[in-house]
Amino acid sequence: MDQILQLLFTGIGIGAVYALVALGFVLIFRATNVVNFAQGEFSMVAAFLMVVFAVDLQWPYWLSFIVSLAGMALFGVIFNLGVYYPLRHRTFLPVIIATIGASIFLANSVLAIYGPAPQVLEGWFETPGIQLGPVYLDSQYLLIIAVTIALVILNYWFFEHTMLGKKLQATSQDKEMASLLGISVSGMIMITFIYSAVLGGLAGILVAPVLFVSIQMGATIALKAFAATIIGGFGDVTGAIIGGIALGIIETFGAAYVSVPYKDAFAFLVLILFLVFRPQGIFGERVAEKA
Amino acid sequence: MTAKTQDAKAQDLPAAAPVHSTPLLLRHLPYFIVAAIAVFAAATMSFDGYVLNILMQATTFAVAVFGLTVVLGLCGQINLAQAAFFGLGAYVVGLGTTDYQINFWICLIGGSLVALLAGALLGMSTLKLGGHYLAMVTISFQQILTLVIINAIWLTHGPDGISKIGRPALFQSQQSFLALCVAVLALVGYLVWHLPDTRIGRAMRAVRDNELAAGVAGIDIFRTKVLAFALSALLGGLGGGLFAGGFSYVSPDQFSFAESIVFLTMALLGGVGSPIGAVIGTGLLILIPEWLRFLKSIPGLYLAIYGLFVILIVRFMPDGIWGFVQDMLTRWCTKRPAAMTSPALQLVPAKTGGDMVLEVTGLSKHFGGLKAVDKVDIAVRRGGVHALIGPNGSGKTTTLNMLSGLYKVTSGKIMLDGTDVTDMPPHQRTAAGLGRTFQNIRLFRSMTALENVVIGAERPGNTLTGNGGQDALTERALSALTFVGLGPRANELVSSFSYGHQRLIEIARALAGNPTLLLLDEPAAGLNSTEKLELHDLLKRIAAQGLTILIIDHDMTLVREAAQHITVLNFGKRIADGESLAVLQHPDVISAYLGTE
Repeated sequence: MDQILQLLFTGIGIGAVYALVALGFVLIFRATNVVNFAQGEFSMVAAFLMVVFAVDLQWPYWLSFIVSLAGMALFGVIFNLGVYYPLRHRTFLPVIIATIGASIFLANSVLAIYGPAPQVLEGWFETPGIQLGPVYLDSQYLLIIAVTIALVILNYWFFEHTMLGKKLQATSQDKEMASLLGISVSGMIMITFIYSAVLGGLAGILVAPVLFVSIQMGATIALKAFAATIIGGFGDVTGAIIGGIALGIIETFGAAYVSVPYKDAFAFLVLILFLVFRPQGIFGERVAEKA
Repeated sequence: MTAKTQDAKAQDLPAAAPVHSTPLLLRHLPYFIVAAIAVFAAATMSFDGYVLNILMQATTFAVAVFGLTVVLGLCGQINLAQAAFFGLGAYVVGLGTTDYQINFWICLIGGSLVALLAGALLGMSTLKLGGHYLAMVTISFQQILTLVIINAIWLTHGPDGISKIGRPALFQSQQSFLALCVAVLALVGYLVWHLPDTRIGRAMRAVRDNELAAGVAGIDIFRTKVLAFALSALLGGLGGGLFAGGFSYVSPDQFSFAESIVFLTMALLGGVGSPIGAVIGTGLLILIPEWLRFLKSIPGLYLAIYGLFVILIVRFMPDGIWGFVQDMLTRWCTKRPAAMTSPALQLVPAKTGGDMVLEVTGLSKHFGGLKAVDKVDIAVRRGGVHALIGPNGSGKTTTLNMLSGLYKVTSGKIMLDGTDVTDMPPHQRTAAGLGRTFQNIRLFRSMTALENVVIGAERPGNTLTGNGGQDALTERALSALTFVGLGPRANELVSSFSYGHQRLIEIARALAGNPTLLLLDEPAAGLNSTEKLELHDLLKRIAAQGLTILIIDHDMTLVREAAQHITVLNFGKRIADGESLAVLQHPDVISAYLGTE
């Protein structure tokens, strides 16, 4: 029982990271109808930015954190202009191929600069964690969970109660109509990329002390986050979050009770099962193409 | 230029039959001679070990890249696990010839089949869904396979890899084995080169260009995609099996996700539309890193450059190097398409049911609480033109989409010529005798007018194409195009036709399949008045051959003049039905269109 509670805590913590990245996936998908296959690299790049500022340059942790996130916002702009924007009128296939190219480019550029050895990033807190009854609560996991909850609330408030959020929603639902109403569609897509890059970056920075900072982390996180969006249902924000947390729990228990080397395979199995039996996800609805 | 003057012009030109007089293999003899010379050169020229290795890598990789030509170039489906399929083939050959001492040929075939099976299963799980899923699932499969190869040490030898892999008796030396690989490459290249002109190849292109129209033209979309994907995996496995034999050693890192990206870059760089592009891309991406060796000294650098390449190619050279060259060639030496003649189009609609070709009873479609179509009955009598009309939002298009199978019905029954088609997917309804056109034209944009119509002629159940051979199909398609007045322009790409003519090509595509019932969705929309007159004339000529037409249109002039029978919908319900003049004077119809006082 104690072990189960412990695993549950860890699962939720790691799942929260998947949920954050999945959220970024869904936001870009809703705005552009394209899955960004470099979403995981957003996390990887941010984690390496943290390594540059906090480890290599020895800046204070909070300052490195702010500068890294600001860097990610800028990165979102560059990514949109360099990868998505020139292809926005093409079909989805060239766009996803371009995002895959971007993913390969980013991961291997970092590899060329930093080499294959994983980097270590300290956690935010001095105290490693607290013992609560039978469960040991790691402080970094607590932080991840707290930030995720805060972001989910913020996200809800932003999209439902601000003008900008409503404009973004309008853009994702009907671009033509949105532009007729005077909303700048490319502006909204730009904001989406910035927001999504910051979200992905945040996830990367938060998870970095738990995992190692490696060039593979982007691809691994992206795969999990994608599986999370399928579990939750594509295009549904709540679904992405619940899917992410569910996946984190499944994976943690799988690693503990089934097999450690194949830990990453569970996400794939869940993905395939959902695709075969419930492709619309838990919450999603399928939309048919009209003639 | 009107269709009639074009017809006259075509008659002035000397007649040339569309049938090719020389047998296929004879016409392609030059290819086989060149291939034989290449094989001979590979077998006899003296290479040093370094060159031999590069050639071996290029040949075996090219076979795998051909797989991407099929799945990505021809069918428009992404495969990011080609290295995994390559690895499956390589490991079956590697383990089979060493640990299990099985004959090389059996291992090679076995490896290809394992890859084929994996590809088919993977495709079946995902290809009903959109392309994003396929991309992610193939990436996942790639990563899982790598995990298994590294961790299942009892089976795969783990990170150590497999050495001393065997070769077949006749090809023991590395050079003779290279000659074998070149021969396989030439053969596979030949098949892939001709695939686009076969029935299944055309189906793949149709699916890539326009899935919806492909389904309505009678193509089983899902089966076509799975086939393309499985074929791609098969070629991956074959290439991998040869690779294992050629190098006698394999290790897990040779089949990682990075290698899948290398394959993808090779295909994109050379041009994904043709096997020539695949060879160019493979050759370049194997040679460039050899020339620029410093790229390999920093880990990650050359893959980073590949990633950048991918972005740049997609943006600036979407058809790759070969596509670019081809474009130049066609610009410099435009071949004047040969004039062709064909017999007049025959339409022999099937008659298996009773007097009614189409009987719809109690048809309903509800979207949540909205009753878009509510308990509608339509009976279309054999022969003649029946019109379905109604103001905007009356449920016409929803009805049509249920008739052609794009929407599932909420309730009701659709009988087509005595067959219950209510629960059939679009391609099966087409096979049952339905032909349709779309309001917003859906042609296969990368194909010529003739190729578009050939796909229509390939409708399963079409009895008028003889043995279904290439010549019979071409002849049938040409007849249909000539019937709508576009015969002389058969070999032009559809994108070069005007809007009105594209509509005619769509009608020709449906006619070529010799349907039992022709559904026309707002055929007059967007046409000018001359084109409308021509359309009216065309409808008369079609009806004269006994083909029943169900037309949906706003254009009252066309409907009044062409249709003998009219059904009127409003707010999802049938408000009038009967002989056309009587219906048009019906007070409910007048009030639906003009409002009441």
